[in-house]
Amino acid sequence: MSAAALPRLLAGADPHGGATLRAHLDRHGLAAPTEVDPKWLVAEVERAGLRGRGGAAFPTATKLAVVGHGRRRPVVVANGSEGEPASAKDATLLAQVPHLVLDGLALAVVATGAGSAHLCVAAGAPAARDALAAALAERAAAGRDAVAAELVAVPDGYVSGEESALVHLLNGGRAVPTAVPPRPFERGVGGRPTLIQNVETLAHVALIARHGADWHRAIGTPHDPGSALVTLRGAVARPGVREIALGTSLESLVAHGGGELARSRGVLLGGYFGTWLDPTEARRVTLDAESLRTRGASLGCGVVAVLPADACPVAETVRIVRWLAGESAGQCGPCVFGLAAIADALEQVADGRARGRGFGRGRRGDDPLARVRRWCGEVAGRGACRHPDGAVRLVASALKTFDADFEDHLRNGPCGACARPSSFPLPQFGGALEAAA
Amino acid sequence: MRSEPPRLRVDPIACTAHGLCAELLPERVRLDDWGYPIVDGAPLEPELVAHARRAAAACPTLALKLEAGAGARATTRSTR
Ligand SMILES: Cc1cc2nc3c(=O)[nH]c(=O)nc-3n(C[C@H](O)[C@H](O)[C@H](O)COP(=O)(O)O)c2cc1C
Ligand code: SF4
Ligand code: SF4
Repeated sequence: MSAAALPRLLAGADPHGGATLRAHLDRHGLAAPTEVDPKWLVAEVERAGLRGRGGAAFPTATKLAVVGHGRRRPVVVANGSEGEPASAKDATLLAQVPHLVLDGLALAVVATGAGSAHLCVAAGAPAARDALAAALAERAAAGRDAVAAELVAVPDGYVSGEESALVHLLNGGRAVPTAVPPRPFERGVGGRPTLIQNVETLAHVALIARHGADWHRAIGTPHDPGSALVTLRGAVARPGVREIALGTSLESLVAHGGGELARSRGVLLGGYFGTWLDPTEARRVTLDAESLRTRGASLGCGVVAVLPADACPVAETVRIVRWLAGESAGQCGPCVFGLAAIADALEQVADGRARGRGFGRGRRGDDPLARVRRWCGEVAGRGACRHPDGAVRLVASALKTFDADFEDHLRNGPCGACARPSSFPLPQFGGALEAAA
Repeated sequence: MRSEPPRLRVDPIACTAHGLCAELLPERVRLDDWGYPIVDGAPLEPELVAHARRAAAACPTLALKLEAGAGARATTRSTR
C-alpha cells in the first residue's frame, strides 16, 4: 500500500460485511501476529505516535508497555462497544474489516504477553457481531492466533463502554463503571493487569506492525500522525463513516460530504462529550489535536455533526444534556443529581419558564445560566467515571459558543426553531441497568 | 521514598451524602447543592491529618479516604 494513499484502515472494506481472511491477507500481506517481536512492536507504536481512538487520545505505546510489565499475565480487551449513538465508525470497521481489528488484538496479546483476549461489541450492532463471529471461526480453522479471542456482547448504554464497566462485565457483573483505583491496567479482568483499547486503535496497530512507524507518519501532522475514522452526520448530503488524514480541514471534510459550513448553524465535534464550534471557528480548524486544542476542542471519538441552519442550538443541546443525564449509571451523587439539575435548569431557560423572578433551586443568585456554569465546574471530576466530565464539557462549550442564543431564550422564551425534532440520534436504550441485570 | 502528606479522596459510589465529613473537617470539605462533599486533591496540611483521619473513620460508608501522596496518581485517565 502506498504510504500517502487513503483509505488505509478501510482499504478492502466490504460494505456487504465481513471481508474474508483470504481477501484480508491478499490485501495486507501474510505477516502473522505471532511472529512479531514484542519489544520492536511497542517501540514502533511509540515512534508512530499512535494515540487511542476511543476518545481520550492516550498514547497507546505507554499502555502496552505498562500492562506488559506487571508480574501477572495480562488480559487484553478490544473495546468495540461504541456507546456514542452519533458514532458509527467502530461498528463499520468491525463489520467491514474484522480481520484487521483481530490482527491488532492478536498483536496486543503478543506485545503484552497476555494470556487471554476479549472482543467487546455492542449488543445493538448485529452486523459487526456476525462478521466477527465468522472471522473468528476462520482464524481458528487457520490456526492464526496464539490466543483465541472471546466475543462478548455489551448491553447498549452510553456508559457501558467505559473501561471499568467492561472489566465489571467481564468479571461477571453489570456493565456499569466501578470505583477506581485500582484502574484496569493495575487490576482488571480476573484481577489481572488489563489492557483496554478501542478497536480502531488496534486496527492501526495491525497496520503499523506491517508497514512500520514511518509509513504511519507519512500522512497526518507531526504532532498527530496517521489517519482516523470519522462519522460525518447532520446537515450533509452524504453522511457516513470516512477515513481522513489527521490535519484535514473540517471545511473540506464537510464539503466532501456535500455540506457547507458557512450555511450551517455550527458543528458538534467529538460526540455528546464533545465541543460546539460556531461556523466561523469551524471553518478555521483542521482535524488534529493541535489545531483543535486552540478552540478547546478535540476529535474525541471522531463524530463530526453538522447542525442544520434551521435548527436551534439551545434546544438541540438541552435535548442531548437531558439524554446524557438519563444515561448516568445512577451510582454517584454529583453525576445523578448534578446532571439532572443542569438539564432541568437548561430546559427552563429554553422553554421560557426561567423568565423573570422566582426561578427554582440553588443557593447563590437567581441567574440560571450562572448557576449552570457553577454546577459544570463543581460536577466535573466527581464521578467514579468521566461521564459527568464529558456532559459538562458539552454544556460549557454550548454556553460559550451560543451565549447569545441562551441569553435570548432566557429573556424571550422558545424560538421558532425550538420545536424542530432533534438533528442527532437520541436512542431509547431501555436503561443499561435493566438490560444488564 | 519520601513520605508526602496524604490527600483526601471521596469514593463517589460509596458516598451517600451524610455530610458528616463537612462537619468534622470544614477546613477541607464543603458540600455541593445536593449534600455531596467537594474535596480538593491537594496534600493535607500536617496539622489537619489527624482531624482528617477522624473524619474518614466517622464516615458511615467509609467513602472518605486518605490517600498516600505522590505516586498514587493513575497514569491513564480517560475523558471519553
Ligand atoms: C462514559 C464513558 C463511555 C465510554 N465509552 C466508550 C466506548 O463506547 N468505546 C470506546 O472505545 N471507549 C469508550 N470510552 C473510553 C474508554 O474508557 C477507554 O478509554 C478506551 O476504550 C481506551 O481505548 P483507547 O486508548 O484505544 O482509546 C468511554 C469512556 C467513558 C468515560
Ligand atoms: S459518574 Fe455517573 S455514569 Fe459514571 S459511574 Fe458514577 S453515576 Fe455512573
Ligand atoms: S461522611 Fe462519608 S458518606 Fe457522608 S458525605 Fe462525607 S464522604 Fe459522603
